[in-house]
Amino acid sequence: MSDTIGDTTAPSALQRLGRWAQSRWRTIIVVIPFAWLLLFFLAPFFIVAKISVAELAIASPPFTKMIEWTDGGILTIRIVFDNFIYILEDSLYVNTYINSLKISVTCTILCLLLGYPIAYGIVRSGPVAKPLLLFAIILPFWTSFLLRVYAWMGLLADQGTINNLLIAMGVIDEPIRMLYTVFAVYLGIVYTYMPFMILPLYANMEKLDGSLNEAAADLGSRPTNTFFKVTLPLTMPGIIAGSLLVFIPATGEYVIPDLLGGGNVQMIGRVLFNEFSRNTDWPVAAAVAIVLLFLLVLPIILFQYYQGKASEAS
Amino acid sequence: MADAQSAPTTPIHDQNGSEPIVQIRGVTKKFGDVTAVENVDLDIMQGELFCLLGGSGCGKSTLLRMLAGFEFPESGSINIDGVNMSDVPAFERPTNMMFQSYALFPHMSVEKNVAFGLEQDKIAKAEIEDRVHEILKLVELEDYKKRKPQQLSGGQRQRVALARSLVKEPKLLLLDEPLAALDKKLRKQTQFELANIQEQVGVTFIVVTHDQEEAMTLSTRMAVMDKGRFIQIGTPTEIYEFPETRFVADFIGSANIMPGKVTENGADHIRVATDLGEVYVDHGHTFAEGSQIWVALRPEKIYLTTSPHETAGPNQTEGMVDDIGYLGETSLYKVRLTNGEIIDVTAPNLIRPKTRTHGITWKDKVYLRWEPSSAMLLGS
Repeated sequence: MSDTIGDTTAPSALQRLGRWAQSRWRTIIVVIPFAWLLLFFLAPFFIVAKISVAELAIASPPFTKMIEWTDGGILTIRIVFDNFIYILEDSLYVNTYINSLKISVTCTILCLLLGYPIAYGIVRSGPVAKPLLLFAIILPFWTSFLLRVYAWMGLLADQGTINNLLIAMGVIDEPIRMLYTVFAVYLGIVYTYMPFMILPLYANMEKLDGSLNEAAADLGSRPTNTFFKVTLPLTMPGIIAGSLLVFIPATGEYVIPDLLGGGNVQMIGRVLFNEFSRNTDWPVAAAVAIVLLFLLVLPIILFQYYQGKASEAS
Repeated sequence: MADAQSAPTTPIHDQNGSEPIVQIRGVTKKFGDVTAVENVDLDIMQGELFCLLGGSGCGKSTLLRMLAGFEFPESGSINIDGVNMSDVPAFERPTNMMFQSYALFPHMSVEKNVAFGLEQDKIAKAEIEDRVHEILKLVELEDYKKRKPQQLSGGQRQRVALARSLVKEPKLLLLDEPLAALDKKLRKQTQFELANIQEQVGVTFIVVTHDQEEAMTLSTRMAVMDKGRFIQIGTPTEIYEFPETRFVADFIGSANIMPGKVTENGADHIRVATDLGEVYVDHGHTFAEGSQIWVALRPEKIYLTTSPHETAGPNQTEGMVDDIGYLGETSLYKVRLTNGEIIDVTAPNLIRPKTRTHGITWKDKVYLRWEPSSAMLLGS
């Protein structure tokens, strides 16, 4: 506001823009997330969806066009669902989806079982230990995810650190096969996604009023009963947030099954990658991605719908 | 042991021969280097409404938490209803607590909150329903039983917390600052409600509070605490009118406290020379002649007039109004004596003035006088 008193000239364009922005800032703030999602989620999604209803073609890019002017000036729109039918009829894809869900659900449960006591322990730790422990949980993010998976390869290999150590100690004679097994994939996923379980749980537990536990004890509730009747229901938002943050990326995981599972563990991320780069079948790869998306999104929408209903009812 | 069924519903502290419901003996609790409670002894009788009064950090909450079983004493013993509580965890004690934050379970309805304690005792469902209904009727919250705590007002939450802690019919109800979260008007109203409910149910209440007015209104007997120790225990009247130390006289209410020297120690009276002039006291104090003591005089026990005293004598002085605090029902006058000392005097505003100002105003010459029984003499 450089206007001096008595200045009768009209405000400059810049000033008017500033005033407009001030009066509309609420609208502007809301536009930002929409713009972001439009640019980086919706637009790519529609591109992938478009490819998934195209046919493989020897062209660049390697699929048929959706909208085309054919000879004689006729506009043709070509949508084929062959890719989806192909995926759903081929037991390889169906089994891989099931296998991916099995692995990601198991890993989510393992992360929850291990992460819950860890988060609880951090919340209960002293004023010196707490920031240190939280820092240590976040610390692995400072090293690239890929490097950490390579490190696990070095640890788990037949001639790797763990086997060498066990042989040197005389515990085993032959190396135990760990790398390129399902075990390695479980280990890799649980290790990688554990912070995503711990951090939302921690944030949720930190807000819990400690006097609630005392109140339960005061009313005659034993510690285990207090856990199931008070602590667990009140940490449910953290459990759900953490589980979704682990479950969703774990289902589509590509790097871990590829590097730690070798060819022995089929997960949908690897299949998708193979279709895309080795077979260069973009339409099938896109269809695989779309089916995966609905597989993940539908249960979440259903869950939120029923949770919304449940909280309305009570 | 007194039969619990025939327990008196009117609070009395001077029971004949019956054993106290709470016996605290030599209890000490330390947190690191800080001694929260130091060598405390206390007996509380069945049916009492006992207040622990003190400033923050005086140890009152720690003592309450030791009764509830959330803290355990380093040394000493606590007996509740004749049973030593040293090895009894909170969930097995015959006590219930009303928390300062209320600690209502946010994921449960009012009804479920109140029923929680009864469910732990494996009581039949029908009986739980009856008792929940009955206690919600007592606190006038029947219509709100399906609501969640966050859908209630502060006063309603406070009553849910009370109902939840009362429904198990504990031998001892512990209340931690029960009214602190309420606004002033509601607090005053609830003070009386709480005392009435206590009389109805006949449960022994122990209330922790930092609010002396709350302690005075609620309690049948109270203890003033400071630095982990009891400074004085007595009825509200005893504490207010017969403080034993300067700390208590100053902490409870307000008092003009000044040093004095005993000039005469008679059989039925005592004379003390102070900045207020000669103070003559006609009740049972006795101090050696020539000893240095403290004289405390409460502001409301001083008469304030604009007309001079008719006769010279003790228990009177004069000064000039230095400042006035108008509180509506009373006014607080800061009177500067001729020797420069400031004395607080409160006077009720008995007459509604036609001129829109009360009779005594700034710079007025005023005369102070008090009854021979009014001054309190304190040795320490």
